[in-house]
Amino acid sequence: MAKESGKKEVIVAQELAKGQREISISEFFTKNRHLLGFDNPTRALLMTVKEAVDNSLDACNEAKIIPEILVDIKKINEDRFKVIVEDNGPGIVREQIPRIFAKLLYGSKFHRLRQSRGQQGIGISASVLYSQLTTGKHSVIISKIHPKKPAHYYELKIDTAKNEPLIVKDEIREWNKDHGTKIEIELEAKYQKGKQSVDEFIKQVAIVNPQAKINYITPENEKMDFPRVTNELPIEAKEIMPHPYGIELGTLIKMLAETSSRTLQGLLTTEFCRIGPGTAKEMCDKAGLKPDMKPKVINHEQAEKLFKAMQEVKVISPPTDCLSPIGEQLLEKGLKKEIPADFYITSSRSPVVYRGFPFLIEVGIAYGGELDKEGQVKLMRFANRVPLLYQQGACAITEAVTDTNWKAYGLNQSGTNMPTGPAIVVVHMASVWVPFTSEAKDALAHYDEIIKEIKLALQECGRKLNIYINKHVKAQEYQERINLFEKYIPEVAGSIAKLSNEKKTVIEEKLNKILKRERSSLENNGENGKGQ
Amino acid sequence: MVKMAKDNKEALIKLGKKLFAEIDKGKNPTIELPVRSLSNVSFDRKNKTLILGNKTAERSFFNVAHAKKFLQTLEVASIAKDLIHEEKHASLRDVFYMAKRTIPGTKVNLVDEQTESDDVIEDLELITELSREQLNVTANKMGSVVGRVTIEDRGDTIRWDKLGSGGYSIPSTVEEIKFKEVKADYVLYMEKAAVWERLNEDKFWEKNNCIIISSQGQTTRGIRRLLQRLYEEHKLPIYVLCDWDIYGAYIYSVIKYGSINLAHQAERMAIPNVKYVGITGDDVVKYDLKKHIIRLTDQDIKRIKQVSEYDWFKDDKVWQRQFKMMKEISGKVEIQALTSRGISFISEVYLPKKIKNKEFLA
Repeated sequence: MAKESGKKEVIVAQELAKGQREISISEFFTKNRHLLGFDNPTRALLMTVKEAVDNSLDACNEAKIIPEILVDIKKINEDRFKVIVEDNGPGIVREQIPRIFAKLLYGSKFHRLRQSRGQQGIGISASVLYSQLTTGKHSVIISKIHPKKPAHYYELKIDTAKNEPLIVKDEIREWNKDHGTKIEIELEAKYQKGKQSVDEFIKQVAIVNPQAKINYITPENEKMDFPRVTNELPIEAKEIMPHPYGIELGTLIKMLAETSSRTLQGLLTTEFCRIGPGTAKEMCDKAGLKPDMKPKVINHEQAEKLFKAMQEVKVISPPTDCLSPIGEQLLEKGLKKEIPADFYITSSRSPVVYRGFPFLIEVGIAYGGELDKEGQVKLMRFANRVPLLYQQGACAITEAVTDTNWKAYGLNQSGTNMPTGPAIVVVHMASVWVPFTSEAKDALAHYDEIIKEIKLALQECGRKLNIYINKHVKAQEYQERINLFEKYIPEVAGSIAKLSNEKKTVIEEKLNKILKRERSSLENNGENGKGQ
Repeated sequence: MVKMAKDNKEALIKLGKKLFAEIDKGKNPTIELPVRSLSNVSFDRKNKTLILGNKTAERSFFNVAHAKKFLQTLEVASIAKDLIHEEKHASLRDVFYMAKRTIPGTKVNLVDEQTESDDVIEDLELITELSREQLNVTANKMGSVVGRVTIEDRGDTIRWDKLGSGGYSIPSTVEEIKFKEVKADYVLYMEKAAVWERLNEDKFWEKNNCIIISSQGQTTRGIRRLLQRLYEEHKLPIYVLCDWDIYGAYIYSVIKYGSINLAHQAERMAIPNVKYVGITGDDVVKYDLKKHIIRLTDQDIKRIKQVSEYDWFKDDKVWQRQFKMMKEISGKVEIQALTSRGISFISEVYLPKKIKNKEFLA
């Protein structure tokens, strides 16, 4: 019996094994496109532009080049578009091109801690894959690294079973440009105007990247130019080692396996920040491990103990000089050039730390001018200079904004709703690791430290906004209140008529006469600021 | 007995005629009214009531800062005139809804919150010298009473001791009530409905031959008038039972002397001879209530400072001592803390003993 059932089990397992196979990256992508932000055709277009523009800006930034970017979207038919993004960046060396554009999860950004736009290495290759899945077409890349070097032209696809680049064409071409990269991706998409459009995305990019010149041609062939207002490049963000408080167990296990350090103490002191030999020893003692152990022999259970010890031992905060803020002046310049308002105020806070990751918050407010007086305040959210257009309701930034008492700062607000009034609020979080709620990178996770910093920055700007509103807007309101007398007269006349049994029309006429006579003296009172 | 200011309809017409005359002469129509704030309230030591001072304010139509309030005042005045004309009564809430609308051609609402119309009604009392009741405006019923009393109310004969667990619900205007029979030695007023329910369940009023009255928090005008009528018409002593905190002390002082924003009505409602039974700081020691002390908040401490500086408390040594104790132990004690000594401790021991021994704060 036992023998028989044993045999049967083997057969079942064999049967099951037939159904088990490696799931290809493209299959995973197709089934989980929402995780990566490709859940609908409108969004797919935005994601493609976003990834390409992010890459261009990051590359220029690292190479210290003042960016000049062209975004050209061509409509091929109702649901098919070609996205062309060209930059004057440093270009990409030939061997790297296929892997960067046609291999998922390839990138330099995932394993390092440094403030940059992308951080997962999914980016542009996901767009290439999406293009291939929806249109069957290859993507075109041309890149040049030096005026004296040739430009390389590639037509690429992704081998979806192996997640490897599939080179359709590899040529040397003439390209009348000193250096730069140009990509062309054709995809199934939909173009829309509005709050979550490519137009809005590029406008917001221009606000927080005042050093960039961007020319954009919409699918409807409108030309939108976003000028450069500064030649100052952002300060270069520095790479830092991970801090023990900000690491996941999985990452630690991976580090233990891949390290070149020969001892555990060596790993801790050289591959983390703020761990000296003393602290390293304390961690090892707490975990019951020897500092001179080989990292590679540490098993899972020991790794867990080590991980726990690393969280328990007191370690000073990571260095914070690694971040690159936009800066109050440049943020103001960026707002001024893209948003027609009367008043601008910005605040850039000092860096602080959440979970071992340094971050800083910047806030800008534009008020008045042509902004809508009645509607909700428009919130623009940014993470490492990238606009976040989706999932506003789920974002920690939104919570911080609605949780601030805007009535105290001259805006209207009912309860903890979004305030209303003619204002745009910009919130930027710069960090070596931005805590997004999902891979689609739409919303910041709700860490208390982050919400607190955002609120402080909002309050700082709010106080100055309030001073401005009191000084300038109240005078205008006074004028409006004088204009209200005309509307009040019929009401007062009606009440007095009822009380006195006199004729309403007579009272109305007489009150209008008094108003005509008193108007100028009422207005003078307003200018003197008496309000009496 | 009550100072009934002339014909109520006439008073409103007079206001209208005055304003019309000003408009007719091309003048800015203006209403004059006494200032209703602490700065214009003083304490009459002889009569022991709050009195309103002579400071007046002007409310003109052609004044950017006043216009809306002027509009509200006249709107509510004309609502009152309609009510009087139709012989109808409306609650404060009704008046709010009758006034609430958007002024044509603007985005301005005549009133946005009920506090605005409530406030204007209090102003109108001063302007017209009519009480709110005479303006045919009523407040919410907020209190209960039980005791061996028979009254007549709008033609119905009602026995307060035959109304079960809820007791008689005190209307917002008690002027029309006629007392037919009152059998009681005293009246006990308490700020907490829950304590009233305990005493009613224990038949405290029957066993001790008294009337018990409660409100929920603030003592309404109807309750204050009822207390005053029982005191004046039936010579019953009035005792007050409150939490030992600054708000309890203020509730007591409102019954005794009148309230700041209704100082103009103080004469009609104050009962200078009212006595405070408890809770006192001495009770806290005597009945071992220390473990039930609730810590004072910053707000409480501020309020103690404020109230202790009021004219009517300033020279009152008995109360100053209580305020000092509150600050020293930095705490307050609720009436219900007595429950820790047994559920009916309050009705069987605490109150009978205190009242028998006349342990009052004057």
